[in-house]
Amino acid sequence: MNFPLLAFQNVSAQNPWTYLVFGLIGFAFGFVLELSGFGNSRKLAAQFYFKDLTVLKVMFTAVITAMTLLFLSVSLGILDYNQVWVNPTYLWPGILGGLIMGVGFIIGGFCPTTSLASASTGKIDGMFFMLGGFVGAFLFGETERFFTYWHNNVSYYGRVTLMDVFGLPMGVIVLLVVLMALFMFWGAEQLERIVGKKDMSHEPRWRLYGAGAVVVLALTVLILGAPSTQEKYQRVTILRTVPELQADGTVKDVQVKYSAEEALQKRLVQISPAELFKARYDQKLKLTMIDVRPEAQYNLFHVRGALNLPADTLQQHIPELLATAAPNAVYVVMSNDETLATEAWRLLVAEGVPNVYLLEGGLNAWIAFFGENDPQIQPALGAPAGYLNFTFPAALGDRYQAADPDPIEYEHLEFEPKIQLQIKRDKSGGGCG
Amino acid sequence: MALASKSVKKGFDLKTLFNRPTQPYVHPYLGGMILGIVLFLALFLTGNGLGSSGATSRLVTFVQDQIDPAHVDRTPYLLKMAGGDKNPLDDWLVPVFFGALLGGFTSGLIGGRVKLETTKGPQVSDRTRWLLAFIGGVLFLYGARMARGCTSGQALTGGAVLSAGSWTVMLSIFAGAYALAYFVRKLWN
Repeated sequence: MNFPLLAFQNVSAQNPWTYLVFGLIGFAFGFVLELSGFGNSRKLAAQFYFKDLTVLKVMFTAVITAMTLLFLSVSLGILDYNQVWVNPTYLWPGILGGLIMGVGFIIGGFCPTTSLASASTGKIDGMFFMLGGFVGAFLFGETERFFTYWHNNVSYYGRVTLMDVFGLPMGVIVLLVVLMALFMFWGAEQLERIVGKKDMSHEPRWRLYGAGAVVVLALTVLILGAPSTQEKYQRVTILRTVPELQADGTVKDVQVKYSAEEALQKRLVQISPAELFKARYDQKLKLTMIDVRPEAQYNLFHVRGALNLPADTLQQHIPELLATAAPNAVYVVMSNDETLATEAWRLLVAEGVPNVYLLEGGLNAWIAFFGENDPQIQPALGAPAGYLNFTFPAALGDRYQAADPDPIEYEHLEFEPKIQLQIKRDKSGGGCG
Repeated sequence: MALASKSVKKGFDLKTLFNRPTQPYVHPYLGGMILGIVLFLALFLTGNGLGSSGATSRLVTFVQDQIDPAHVDRTPYLLKMAGGDKNPLDDWLVPVFFGALLGGFTSGLIGGRVKLETTKGPQVSDRTRWLLAFIGGVLFLYGARMARGCTSGQALTGGAVLSAGSWTVMLSIFAGAYALAYFVRKLWN
């Protein structure tokens, strides 16, 4: 599970070589669009009069080729689908925006990227389309504020895949999309023959072999299936920078790669109550505390600001966590002791949620540390394992002193810091350039 | 000077470069396959696919940020790209945009298709075509920003990664174009 490469998640001026890679990707993109005839608006518009269906053929061949290769890599376990950008679903802005784009397409004769291929090869209409594009983007930026709520909040569904919509496994959807595309190609060729009056008898034979190859690949994806959470967990690696004593007596920071289970065993991901407390005030981190206990226990007592995502429902929240993950996002899972939180940690880590930690000793340790002066919370002797060793007068949730300890009283705390953001800031730029 | 005369000797002057015989376009399925492999590599290596309308938006915002940074900081949509000391050009879409311009040009150059001309239907004048191309561009990018991606970012990339929202956008683009196609048939036929 090494792809996509972490280095590209943080494209910026700090890593100039990533610009080069994306520039090359763009180059290949523009090159093949022009080569397919998309620099010519007449060829593009002919799509909508059923005469020349090049647009449909190129587009759907590209979609099924990329899709089968992508999901083949996912089934083989070399690519983490959760780390691949899946366009979040904003239903109505998508539909209305799509319709407007369609109108722009038939009037203007291009779409944005094809206008680049057109303008760069000297087509004046392509240049006018590009110019109009800048104006359109400007107008949108200036008018979005009038419907910003509709644009950002209404009908937002997050990361939704066709697998989620139809409730079918990955391999089935991949195969169905391939078959649908092949059927459309057949239909397109009939239309070109009848409406476009093209001589289709000299179409190359290799296109049939190509179709066969894509179907075979899709079937392979179907047979292999998506990797299970367990399989994904086995492939997770966690990077930690640790000081190492060098031969000459100096101490140098080195990066060490651990498997997820090793990191758990070596207690690299269990953060102390003190560290969690400090992290809540750390402006550099975007902290999300996840309380994985059942709701009733959460209502009794929880750390202020913690979300309640009970362990048995955690799986369904993963797409949300992935969609909102910022580079500095840190997740801390907690339960009464460490048992439930460790299970939740394994799940989140396997699904590719970045920077996940768990509360060392659980909420029991938190209350023991911060609740000693809280008169309302009393130790309960003989509480069974997995429960809180304290009694509470009422289900006050986060309205206990210990739920939100005084930052001044606890300003100076000593702990062994364990939180390390797993972002690659490789200044040397070596490795994968 | 020495360099220039050397290249002329080799027959590398601009005239022969731009007047190459026009090559036919590649077969659509082959073009699609190459495009698919490019898209796959982009997704596989970087986790991001292809796109261009986002870059258009960022370039415009960059200019706005030079002229009136305070306005950018007051506008929520622009704030996300260029608020404070954020540089709107610091994004993977921008190199893809310029790469695509250069790639299109290179392919046109090799295929002898770099010509100053207007591609249009036989019944419209150049000026009408330019005006409509401009209006089409305005509409397309407006819609693309509303839908958070165009044919590349939503239809192609989102289609390949099986995003439900992207398939809706893709169908809407085709629906919009087909719905209006009959009424503007004189433009193209």
